[in-house]
Amino acid sequence: MAENGKLKPAERMKIQRQAMPARDAGVRSRCFEEVNLGLPEQIAMEEAKRCLECKDRKCVTGCPVQIDIPAFVTRVAAGDFAGAAEVLLNDNALPGISGRVCPQEKQCEVLCIRAKKGEPVAIGYLERFVADWASEHRNGHVATLASPTGFKVAIVGSGPAGLTAAGELAKKGHEVTVFEAFHKPGGVLVYGIPEFRLPKEIVRKEVESLKAIGVKIECNVVIGRTYTIDDLMKEEGFQAVFIANGAGLPVFMGIPGENLKGVYSANEYLTRVNLMKAYEANSDTPVLRAKKAVVIGGGNTAMDGVRTARRLGADPATLVYRRSRAEMPARIEEVHHAEEEGVVFQMLTLPIEILGDEKGWVRGLKCQKMQLGEPDKSGRARPVPIPGSEFEIPCDVVVEAIGTRANPLLTQTTPDLKVNEKGYLVVDADNMTSKAGVFAGGDIVRGAATVILAMGDGKRTAATMDRYLKEKAQRHEGGSGKTGGAGIPSVGRQ
Amino acid sequence: MSHRVIESEWLAPEVRRLVVEAPHVVRHCGPGQFVIARATSEGERIPLTIAHADRQARTITLIIQAVGCSTRQLCALEKGSEISDIVGPLGKTTDIEHVGHAVIVGGGVGTAVIYPQATALKAKGNRVSAIIGGRSRPYVILEKELGVICDAVYPCTDDGSHGFKGFVTERLKQLIEQAEQKVEMVLCAGPVPMMRAVAELTRPMGIHTVASLNPIMVDGTGMCGGCRVQVGGQMLFACVDGPEFDAHKVDFRELADRLTTYRDQERVAKGNHPCRSGAAAEVR
Ligand SMILES: Cc1cc2nc3c(=O)[nH]c(=O)nc-3n(C[C@H](O)[C@H](O)[C@H](O)COP(=O)(O)OP(=O)(O)OC[C@H]3O[C@@H](n4cnc5c(N)ncnc54)[C@H](O)[C@@H]3O)c2cc1C
Ligand SMILES: Cc1cc2nc3c(=O)[nH]c(=O)nc-3n(C[C@H](O)[C@H](O)[C@H](O)COP(=O)(O)OP(=O)(O)OC[C@H]3O[C@@H](n4cnc5c(N)ncnc54)[C@H](O)[C@@H]3O)c2cc1C
Ligand code: SF4
Ligand code: SF4
Ligand code: FES
Repeated sequence: MAENGKLKPAERMKIQRQAMPARDAGVRSRCFEEVNLGLPEQIAMEEAKRCLECKDRKCVTGCPVQIDIPAFVTRVAAGDFAGAAEVLLNDNALPGISGRVCPQEKQCEVLCIRAKKGEPVAIGYLERFVADWASEHRNGHVATLASPTGFKVAIVGSGPAGLTAAGELAKKGHEVTVFEAFHKPGGVLVYGIPEFRLPKEIVRKEVESLKAIGVKIECNVVIGRTYTIDDLMKEEGFQAVFIANGAGLPVFMGIPGENLKGVYSANEYLTRVNLMKAYEANSDTPVLRAKKAVVIGGGNTAMDGVRTARRLGADPATLVYRRSRAEMPARIEEVHHAEEEGVVFQMLTLPIEILGDEKGWVRGLKCQKMQLGEPDKSGRARPVPIPGSEFEIPCDVVVEAIGTRANPLLTQTTPDLKVNEKGYLVVDADNMTSKAGVFAGGDIVRGAATVILAMGDGKRTAATMDRYLKEKAQRHEGGSGKTGGAGIPSVGRQ
Repeated sequence: MSHRVIESEWLAPEVRRLVVEAPHVVRHCGPGQFVIARATSEGERIPLTIAHADRQARTITLIIQAVGCSTRQLCALEKGSEISDIVGPLGKTTDIEHVGHAVIVGGGVGTAVIYPQATALKAKGNRVSAIIGGRSRPYVILEKELGVICDAVYPCTDDGSHGFKGFVTERLKQLIEQAEQKVEMVLCAGPVPMMRAVAELTRPMGIHTVASLNPIMVDGTGMCGGCRVQVGGQMLFACVDGPEFDAHKVDFRELADRLTTYRDQERVAKGNHPCRSGAAAEVR
């Protein structure tokens, strides 16, 4: 690109933020196709020109994985998409995912200098644009791999943390096996986040490219049941393990009526619909199609639940949240989209009982109105019930999306893994747990967090694991070599 | 990877025994545990008890009653065919101790669930009696196999075509009243009304009773909560806290009710679902 193609800051400032083309709300609230359609090339370049290429790069400090944002954005502005992809993929292995699901308004974009006066650069849209361009044009592009180290590494869980670590470790020459409890890899990316936000094809391609660089993925293996961590290390010959099993235990509110027919945890509801494809007429897995649905919660999970209910035909599909709209932790874009799709927001409302009919089916949700009081520990105004404000919302399905906790299945069978009072794994600065050679990252360490933090953990931990393995090899040098897995029946499949 | 069917035979009308390759499942599995299987790559995930595990051959035995879409798909499998996915072992193993005289009660395909317990109870030096029931003679399964392990086997049929005429609970009552050695423990598996009746019978007698529950499951690892059951007023997940619970504390009414959640959908689906329509015509 010619130098004279460069714009002056004042000219850049004049360009308005470009809108993301989206499927029509009326159409999409009836189908599971992706809502956002992606920026066309010209629009992406126009948006990229809005970046001021700041010296102090505030945006980068807001990104949990410190993507060199101006470097890739300026390449987009210049039409050098291959160059942009090079930069981006160097910092983030899964930009097609983070570009779609990151809460940009709280991370990179909120710190963008342009947000001070108007709208920030649409970093997420541009990231997605580059990722999609790369996945179309860089087919067959194979990462450079270090020569084999002879080390075997096991990864527990194939969510964003596990997949990222697997890719990084394989590139460093280690033999990587990912163990996944479900029959399909991807973690929350496949069973939780719906197709209309994150097409499963993106995850599938990512998994394929990991396999192409030698990562083994073994589904249908529950670590803690099928094998223990000790089995992996003592008998299967893995010298290091990365635990990335997420925080998948559903929390229920504990109100009366939760065992009525028609009450789901968001995990169950979304798993039936996303992973098991219950929305397809021919699916073997059933899901209740609500006439009137209520989803409880204010996060991304709640938003996914209520928009799913809407797509399955619920009218109305109501979201019940005990605080006010400003406090909802969900991504802003999802809230807008939900609203456009006709979701009813019932804010400052606390469910107190699920009501049933004589046959044990849900017939309504009894709620109480709330008002905002003093700020609580989190700094958010504490909702307090208004006496005498009880009312009922008629519905036939209730989905609870009020949070998740650590699943104790794995830690119970590995007592030497230290957990905190909430059941999350305790790790040191290298993300190593209390057990030598066993590392952890993602939601199982942080509590329910974000995709990009999980990916960041995967990348960072891969580096510390690599160092750990190499140091271990040095310590053993001169001896009879590493304790290998020779002679042990391989569990390799796929 | 898929799992090859090594043996396949009908044990009773609509009840099939499959021996399936599952090398990773046999390593740690014990009595009381189950797997989740998917017949095809598009199939539903359904829980099935590990009726037997052969560590040498690296196979497990599944005994399946065709009640709906997925169980019919599995029951249609011949030797040499494949099951898409099997994950396990899941759930807790049975608490097996030396108690003296233990009675295992199996109704229908529930007999498959209690079968592995028989061996384990015997290994702990217990006297083991088995009461197994079915609608009529052909529906009583595993009688010979249990006969090899147990001290006594009492088959029961509703119509009296084989063994005792009447419900397994009636035979259990007799046995408890007449047994030379006092019955210290009862372990039951089968239809919910049967398990509830067993619990009601033994409650006043103060006999420790364990039921193996069969709620609807999805993942089997504690992540969906679909298998929740009320036990002693507490909400527990059958897939990780069970599937066996103190029968005197289980809310069977609620369990039976929750099992009907998809009944209407399944009925509606029969008309246009490829698997359901064909199989429905075949079985009924
Ligand atoms: C519905 C929903 C919507 C969300 N939306 C967003 C969003 O828009 N943006 C965002 O940033 N974040 C979002 N999140 C949060 C985000 O998905 C998680 O923070 C992230 O997926 C955590 O990644 P992870 O790799 O730690 O674990 P997970 O993605 O939870 O993956 C863990 C994997 O481990 C497997 N596993 C568990 N136990 C075992 C075991 N014992 N043996 C073998 N495998 C096991 C699980 O089956 C799973 O596949 C959302 C979460 C949910 C539930
Ligand atoms: C821990 C556990 C172990 C089990 N072990 C065995 C076993 O060894 N052999 C075996 O044949 N079955 C077993 N079951 C029951 C088996 O999982 C169900 O029969 C199966 O899920 C039904 O699926 P389907 O698609 O064929 O029927 P569906 O079409 O789903 O249902 C057909 C009918 O069966 C009812 N039903 C659905 N799920 C269940 C259930 N879990 N239990 C009872 N009725 C149900 C439905 O209400 C409906 O009326 C077990 C269940 C559990 C939870
Ligand atoms: S990864 Fe997320 S936070 Fe980082 S630049 Fe991309 S969208 Fe922003
Ligand atoms: S802060 Fe905004 S304008 Fe500045 S470099 Fe980052 S994206 Fe560009
Ligand atoms: S089957 Fe999902 S929690 Fe038990």
